[in-house]
Amino acid sequence: MDKKEEREKNLFERAEEFLQIFKKGAEFTQELLKTNEQLRYRILQLEEENKSVKSAAGMPSEQYRELAQQIEALKKEKEEIANRAREIESENKDFAQRYVEVAEENNNLANLYIASYQLHSTLDFKEVLQIILEIIINLIGAEEFGIFLLDEKTHELKIMASEGIDESHVPTVTLDTGVIGKVAKGGEPYFTEGALDTAKSDWLNPIVAIPIKIKEHVIGVIVVYKLLQQKKSFTPLDHELFTLLAGHAATSIFSSKLYSESERKLSTIQGFIDLLTK
Amino acid sequence: MDEYKVLIVEDSPTMRQLIAFSLKRLKGVKIVEASDGVDGLKKLSQDSFSLIITDINMPVMDGLKLVSLIRKDAVYKEVPIFIITTEGGQEDKERAMALGANAYITKPISSPQVMDMVKSYLNIK
Repeated sequence: MDKKEEREKNLFERAEEFLQIFKKGAEFTQELLKTNEQLRYRILQLEEENKSVKSAAGMPSEQYRELAQQIEALKKEKEEIANRAREIESENKDFAQRYVEVAEENNNLANLYIASYQLHSTLDFKEVLQIILEIIINLIGAEEFGIFLLDEKTHELKIMASEGIDESHVPTVTLDTGVIGKVAKGGEPYFTEGALDTAKSDWLNPIVAIPIKIKEHVIGVIVVYKLLQQKKSFTPLDHELFTLLAGHAATSIFSSKLYSESERKLSTIQGFIDLLTK
Repeated sequence: MDEYKVLIVEDSPTMRQLIAFSLKRLKGVKIVEASDGVDGLKKLSQDSFSLIITDINMPVMDGLKLVSLIRKDAVYKEVPIFIITTEGGQEDKERAMALGANAYITKPISSPQVMDMVKSYLNIK
């Protein structure tokens, strides 16, 4: 074989190789076109789905609308309930505060009722004085105190009952002398200024002096020299009790004295009658 | 409903009435009153009590003597005893507690305070 034939043969083989490569390229192109077609179809499908979703979101169905309305109503209801809960909580606090006040008021009324009840439970003069002492010890909390009564003839105040003090040391007080005399004359109660537990007092100048009076007529004075060690100050109830004592103690003392005198007079008259009729 | 008998031993009728008035407001509480320690012991022997309230300063027999005698009685060994007194000193309180008192309240008392303590000891709601 000569060189020309050999070159033709090589050329033919290369042409064959090129043809094979071209055929593979054509097959690959076919596959690409096919895949491209599938992808386009998929895009179309997704676009359709997207449209339907958008349509559902943009134009709610009847059920969707109802649900939305219910959610809105529930939100409003929740807000109203929260507001009501806040109001009830506030009311609850008010009621708790009111309860404390009512309990305190109840306690005060119980004390006043019992003091008043006891004061009018007897017509015995000594018992009345004893009851006044009990009220001052137990309900007010005084340790050293006394009850001065005015002698209408001498216009002097004499101690008639006491607790925690030696009565023999207590002087008779004339009107307008010291705190006691001034209270008896003026008819206004006296409370020492400053801390009660450290306040100094003497026989004529107690820490508290309360006139015992029927209307404007003073018949005596309740004087407090010292409070119990645990009693540091007066409460509003103490002032109420002092006010009650000022009035009710006066009528109790007055009526029990009258009763004692009338009993004594009755006994004397009865004695005379018995003497005359025998 | 449970019933609780409370014995109040106090020589002052005013104070007895105040304590009784307060405790009668509690459900199931019945009050028995005694005017001194001896009268208190007599009432204790006649009945059974859920709680005893006593004053210290009383004629015939004082409250501390009463507490010591009550604690010697097996029946009342565990019964709560409250002292309500004018004696506000720490020593007085320690003495009363050492003898077997469960609570020590000084006068003047507040009704809600006594009611709360009684409710707490008797488990009254």
